Formats: sequence, structure tokens, C-alpha cells
Amino acid sequence: MSTRRNFLTMPNLPRRRFLRGLAAGGVLMGLSPWLKPEWAHAADTATGSAPVLTGTEFDLTIAETPVNFTGTPRMATTINGSIPGPVLRWRQGDTVTLRVTNRLAVDTSIHWHGILLPFQMDGVPGISFPGIRPGETFTYRFRVVQSGTYWYHSHSGMQEQTGMYGAVIIDPPGKDPIHADREYVVQLSDWTDEHPMRVLSKLKMQSDYYNFNQPTTAEFFRDVSQDGVSAALAKRRMWNQMRMNPTDLADISAYSYTYLMNGVTPAGNWTGLFRPGEKVRLRFINSGAMTFFDVRIPGLKMTVVQADGQNVDPVTVDEIRLGVAETYDVIVTPKDDAYTIFAQSMDRTGHALGTLAVRAGMTAAVPAMDKPEPLTMGDMMGDMGGGTGGMDHSAAQGRASAAGGGTPGAAAHGGMAMDHSQHAIGGGMAMGAGTVRVRHAKSEYGPSVDMRVDTPRTNLDDPGIGLRNNGRRVLTYAELHTIGGPLDKRKAEREIELHLTGNMERYSWSFDGLEFGRSTPVHFRHGEQLRVILVNDTMMTHPMHMHGMWSELESPDGRFQVRKHTINVQPAQRVSFLVTADALGRWAWHCHLLLHMDAGMFREIVVA
Amino acid sequence: MMNSKYIFIAAATVFWMSSAWAQEPATPAMPEMDHSQMDHSDVQGRTSVAEDRMSGATKMGHGPVSESTPQVDHDMGSMDHGSMQGGSPPPDARDPHAYSGGYTLPPDRPLRMADEHNFGSLMIDRLERVRTRDNSSTVYDLQAWYGRTYDRVVLKAEGDVDDGKLQDAHTQMLWGHAISAYWDTQLGVRHDSGEEPSRTWLAFGVQGLAPYWFEMDITGYVGEHGRTALSIEAEYELLLTQKLILQPRVEANFFGKRDAERETGSGLSDLAAGVRLRYEIRRELAPYIGIERSSKFGGTADFVRAEGKQAKETRVVAGLRFWF
Ligand SMILES: [Cu+2]
Repeated sequence: MSTRRNFLTMPNLPRRRFLRGLAAGGVLMGLSPWLKPEWAHAADTATGSAPVLTGTEFDLTIAETPVNFTGTPRMATTINGSIPGPVLRWRQGDTVTLRVTNRLAVDTSIHWHGILLPFQMDGVPGISFPGIRPGETFTYRFRVVQSGTYWYHSHSGMQEQTGMYGAVIIDPPGKDPIHADREYVVQLSDWTDEHPMRVLSKLKMQSDYYNFNQPTTAEFFRDVSQDGVSAALAKRRMWNQMRMNPTDLADISAYSYTYLMNGVTPAGNWTGLFRPGEKVRLRFINSGAMTFFDVRIPGLKMTVVQADGQNVDPVTVDEIRLGVAETYDVIVTPKDDAYTIFAQSMDRTGHALGTLAVRAGMTAAVPAMDKPEPLTMGDMMGDMGGGTGGMDHSAAQGRASAAGGGTPGAAAHGGMAMDHSQHAIGGGMAMGAGTVRVRHAKSEYGPSVDMRVDTPRTNLDDPGIGLRNNGRRVLTYAELHTIGGPLDKRKAEREIELHLTGNMERYSWSFDGLEFGRSTPVHFRHGEQLRVILVNDTMMTHPMHMHGMWSELESPDGRFQVRKHTINVQPAQRVSFLVTADALGRWAWHCHLLLHMDAGMFREIVVA
Repeated sequence: MMNSKYIFIAAATVFWMSSAWAQEPATPAMPEMDHSQMDHSDVQGRTSVAEDRMSGATKMGHGPVSESTPQVDHDMGSMDHGSMQGGSPPPDARDPHAYSGGYTLPPDRPLRMADEHNFGSLMIDRLERVRTRDNSSTVYDLQAWYGRTYDRVVLKAEGDVDDGKLQDAHTQMLWGHAISAYWDTQLGVRHDSGEEPSRTWLAFGVQGLAPYWFEMDITGYVGEHGRTALSIEAEYELLLTQKLILQPRVEANFFGKRDAERETGSGLSDLAAGVRLRYEIRRELAPYIGIERSSKFGGTADFVRAEGKQAKETRVVAGLRFWF
């Protein structure tokens, strides 16, 4: 394995083309007079062309450098002057040394997302180390014990939102069981010209600030004319009574965001080249701060071979939702000249895109964005949505569908077939994965929590809002099976139940109603096997990321499903996963939506 | 004519009621009651939403699969339906610190998230030119806050300027404290100026969002010499489009005692009900026009009429709403 393929370098786009991207919502800028003198020596920020660094020794420099994604010059926080930062290519078994030098005026840090390592190397200021002070160089050194697609990002302030992220690819020792003729990292992210702190303070003042898809009076009258007054009123009653908004799909929309693929705006059209018939491996990484991306390549089936760096039984799908911080590797076999890689935001306000093509400069048709789909009762109430007892069958059916029961995943079990035996198992044995009775924490009855779900759904075959019944084959967690099964075959000795909570109106996010500042750490006994149960008492999907240890997701009937570092928990959903507490030290555990984390959906874990 | 005792009781009742709303355990109008009762109309409501989705599903070619129906049935037996919002914890509610194993966050911890940061905002809700049949004046109504999510300092100020002179101004400095998901209590002082003599009150009230998205602000006041007052404000926002917003607004003031020096009678003294149509150029900046009916009642109306003015008038307003 002395020769490493290096397909990751971006295709040699002529400079001219690159500048066209700039003209149309550009990516590079010259030094403007308004720049402070100390930046004058700074090179332009390179985007769309993250260099690939290989070996065991790496020098990374964090600095503020200028960018221009929207026509308005802004300062970004960069790693070695590029967005995304360099692709770091490691090999499992190697010990890597990474010297990170801070050229900012404020502290910085790099967290190696999903990488198992000693906690002092994890890079979370205030938890695992003090952070990297201005002018300082911090040396990370650890043995790489895994392989797959990962990424890294700042864990300081809002630097991740301002450009501080990059890909990590770890080659397995020996031959990669996943064969591909060439490969590309497809790193998705979101950029705002606003100061991220300003974004947060706006949301504190008006939590629907960025939502321009709110229910309106015009729609109401349209419903009245279609369905009658009482139906139109009924449709809104629950939401209005509860002061909840069914179109609350993303806290920040394209009103502020420009969505990027490998640091390139849609106008810039990042392009990956292939020869027809080749197997191309795409390493999708969602490095967005706040955006769920739904990715598809019209005309191509994607075979998912890896999730969060871990090889899975291949599943062939049309579309994948990437929660923030998730990674998926897929194999595609393109035959035509050009294909659009289309990644629309979950709230359907914008998209990132790029092209797979046989030659640079080609484009394929860009699909229209889907219509945003309002949240359903099931997203608010879980399995209870339909009410009690005397509900007739048709109502029950409809309601189950609204709860996300009727999904392409389910359809795959046999289309229309009402496979009752299967569902009975799924439903009945939902009790298998630990205690099913929901126990809310005392602290969930105060001002920090605006809703609680008493009967969460446990279905993993729901692709989530906006992807249900869209006619495409959408990946769900129910279809992901890590090859080789769980790492630790023991049964869980203990259960930890925590609820994902928030108050939308106050824009506060928490576990169990307690923001980080009011919380206490969660203690894992060293070596124990734990079941962690997360119940989502909110109407948003939270990508939950536990540092330092794997989260081994269980199916509703308690069987091992998939090993992940980040697990999306959908509204009114309950998930359970096993954790082997084999990593001594202090770790972070948080929602990977940057502002949710910062608003308090963050806990410390102490393994001792 | 209301006496001061009556007003005081009314204020206390409203205060209590609002916190009851805030807690939402038992007020009949509360949503969770509907959930638990699951009356017919409610089920129907859901069915209609469900039908929406079913039609979508049918279009896609596969019918809704009743994935979780068996589970619903299963759950029905064991599950008591608690409320989804508010309420108080049941005796067996989890201790959120039960998993801590005695560990705490270091007291000098360097890691502070936004929940421990102060935020602030200044909202000029109304800065408007008011025209009546025989006069025009300028009215301001603002609210500013600074602090954290659950505790903040709140400044409220409203008044009107006529002929370049401040006519009637109420300025309040309050401590806002969250008591439930949608409600804050507010405690502080109010100072009335503009007209002589000035008055100072202790203020206590609640502000928040009632079910169906009604913005409420209810404050009771106790002043010197047994003076009491109560003010109630309610607003609603009707989105005609994403940027064009119709805002009905009602404001009423009550006084416990007649205050001849300030020309207010006791009981309901004035009521203004209006509607404003604003266009949000940006969220933070919205010009508006509106119309408002303002009425004085009882003793206050007598004072107004004694000055030869109308006790009831229609006002046309145009103004700007903006915030930072
Ligand atoms: Cu979250």
C-alpha cells in the first residue's frame, strides 16, 4: 500500500472557469482596501480546491482570510487558507501528529469528528483541553484506530460556521473492501454573510426570523374553499393552540444562507470528472452548521456503502438525507456525460449543487426544488397523534401515514401491502429496546420546555419530513446495517434516558430542559455497556453527536442496527443506542446544529 | 364606578389567571384538555390533515401503510395521556441529575454557552403619527430587554407628543422572569410623566403568548394613596403574506380611584381597538398604516368632555415598527 490513490485533488478546472464561478456569486476576492494591514500579506482564500495532505505529520494554520460567496466580501476562518480545509488522508494504524497554529486574535480548536482518541486530543475547549490561544501551536498526536470518511472542525465559538471544517479520510490497512475506480469528497456546508452571533441573537428575538414559509391567511382561505371552514380550522387548531409552527423546518434558511459544495456556490458548479462506466465513490460529508441536506443525483442510483465511516451492507437508493455532521459513502456508476449532484436544504429554500461530468465545463439539468412539506401531527405527538379508542380505521391509517409510518422504506417491503405481521412485530416489540414508558425529567415542566411527547414513535423507517412518499427511494436508518455487527456483544447493564428539549419561542435548547449551564455531567462507569435512550420532545430533528465513543443504534425491537457518531433523532421520536464506555475522560455530547449546541443542547460526559 | 378594592381584586385575579394559563394545568381552554378528551371534532381535525397526506400518498402510488397502528393500540393501554405543555411534574418524574454520579461542572469552568450570555433587544413597536378629526400627534411605544433567557431587565415606554410637548408618558422598568414556556412575570416600577403631576407605581404583571398566538401584556399597578390601576394589551398577527401582516390590537386601562389632577376617573378609563397593516421590508423594519377607535369611559370621559373634546374618536395612524 505504498501508492495511495489521490483522486481527491479537484479536477484541473481552467482558471477562467473558476473565475466565472466568482462572477456568479464568487469565491475568491482580491485584497480590498478595507482590510486591515495585518491581513495584507494573507493570500486569497482558496475554495473548491481543498488540497489533500497525506502522511503522518501535518501542519495546520488557522487564520482569518477574506472570501466572497455572495458578492459581499467577508472574513472567514480558514485552515491553511482554504474552504474547506485540507483533506487529511491518514492510514489506520498510523500515529498522526497534527500541529495546529492559531493565527487568529481569539482562541481556536480542532475537533476530529467521529475519531476515537484519548480525550485530551479531542479538541473541545473547556472539556478536553484549554483550547489553542492566539499565537500558540497545539500538537495533536494519536494513533488512528479506525478507517473511513470523517471530518474535522473547530469547536470554538462559531468558527465552524465561518469556514473551519475539512475532510478526514482514513484508509484501512490492506485493501479497501469497497472497490472504486475514483473517488471524490463531496463536502456540503452553509455560509452566511451575517455574523453567526448576530444570527443567534436575531433568533433569540424572533425565532421564526428566517422562516418565510409560514402559514398565511391566503392559504387558510384556499383551504376553506377546498375543504370547508371546519376542516381548515381543524387543520390549524392544534398548532395554534400549542403555539407551534408546522413550517418550522430549519432555523436558518436560504434567506441568509448560501449552500456550498466543496466550498463552491451553486453558480460556481463544483465538478468531479469520470470516465463512463467507472465506479465512482462519493464521500458525502455534511459540514453545515445548521442545514440538513437531501442529496440525490438524478439519473443515478447511489449505493450506500458506508455511514459515518463504518462500512454497511450496501443499500441502493435515490436519495439520502444527511443530518449535520453525518457522512455517507456511496458508489455510483455514471454512464452519461453529466449528472447534477443536487443537495437541497430540508426546508427547501435553497440547495448546494455540483456536477459529475466526463469533461470540465459540462452541466446537466438541475431539478426543481421540492415543495416544503409541513410537519404532521405525528411530528408533534409521536404515536399518539390519532387520539384514543373510538378512532375508525381510515382515520387511524391516515394518521399513521401522517406520523411518517407510510414511507418509501415501508413501501419497499411490498408496496401497498399492509404487512401486518411485520408491523405488529415492530410495534409490539418496541418494548425490547429498553424501557418504553417515557419518563420526563422534573426540569421539563418549566419555562425551558414548550412541549413534551408522551408516546414517541420508535420507527426508524421514516426518512423524515419532506421525504415521505416523494416517489423516490430514500434511505432510512432501518436499512443501515454495519458490517460485522456491534463491537461489543454484551447486553446493556444500565439505561440512561435523556430528552431533547427546547423552547422555540425563547430559542433555548437543552437536554431534559436543562441548558448546559444548568446541567451536570452524565457519568459513564468505565468499561460498562450502556443503553442510551433519547426522546425528542421537540418538533425539530436533532443530529446528536457523542464524542469519543460510538453510538450503536438499535432497531425498535432491540437489535443492533448501525454504528454511528451522529444520530438524527426526528421530532417526537425515541431512539436507543448502545455505548461501550471504554474511553476514559471528559467528553462532549451535543446536538450538532451549531446554534442548538450553543443555546444549551450540550452535556458533558465523564467516563471514570 | 369601581372602587379601588375591586380593581385590586380584578388585577390580582387577572394576574392569577394568567399564571394559571402559564402553568396551563386546568384552564378549560387549554390545548392539553382537548388532547386528553379527544373529542370527536378533534379526531375529525386530525383526519382532515391525514386526508391531506393520504391524497399525497395516493398520488405517489403507494397507499399509506398503517405502520404504527398496532403500536398505537398497544400504547393506549399502558399510557396515561399527560399534557404536552406546561403542568407540573408527576411525583415519579426523573431527576435530571440522576446520571451525574456526583460529578458537577467545574465552578470556574471556561466553557460558557449562549445560555449564559446576555442578549438584548430594542423593539419600537409603534412610532406613529396619529390623526384625528381635529388634531394630530405622535405616539411611541417601545420595549427593550437585556439579559438571559429566563431573567431579564425590561424597559417599556409609551407616550404621545402633541405640539412638541410630551403629553402622557408611561415608563416602566421591570424584572422579567420566565414562569412557563410562554409566560414571563414582570415586577418593577412605572413612572407617569408628561402631564403634571407625575405618578409612580409599583407594577406587577404577566406578559406572554396565549394559545392561538395572542400576545398579551397584563399589568396591575399600586400607587401612592391607595391608587391602583390595571392595563391590558392584546395583539394578534395575521399573516396575509409572508411580509404583509395585519395586526389587530386592543388596549384598555382601568383605575381604582378617581384622580382629578390627572383627569382620570375610576373604573374603565379608556379603550383603544385598532388594526394596523404593516409591510416587513426586512423583519426589523416595517412601515404600517392603520385605523383605531379610541374611547374614554366614565369619569375620564367626563373630564375629556368638560374640555370640549370628544370622548370617542377615530384615529388614522401611520408609522414605523423597527427593532435591533
Ligand atoms: Cu438540535
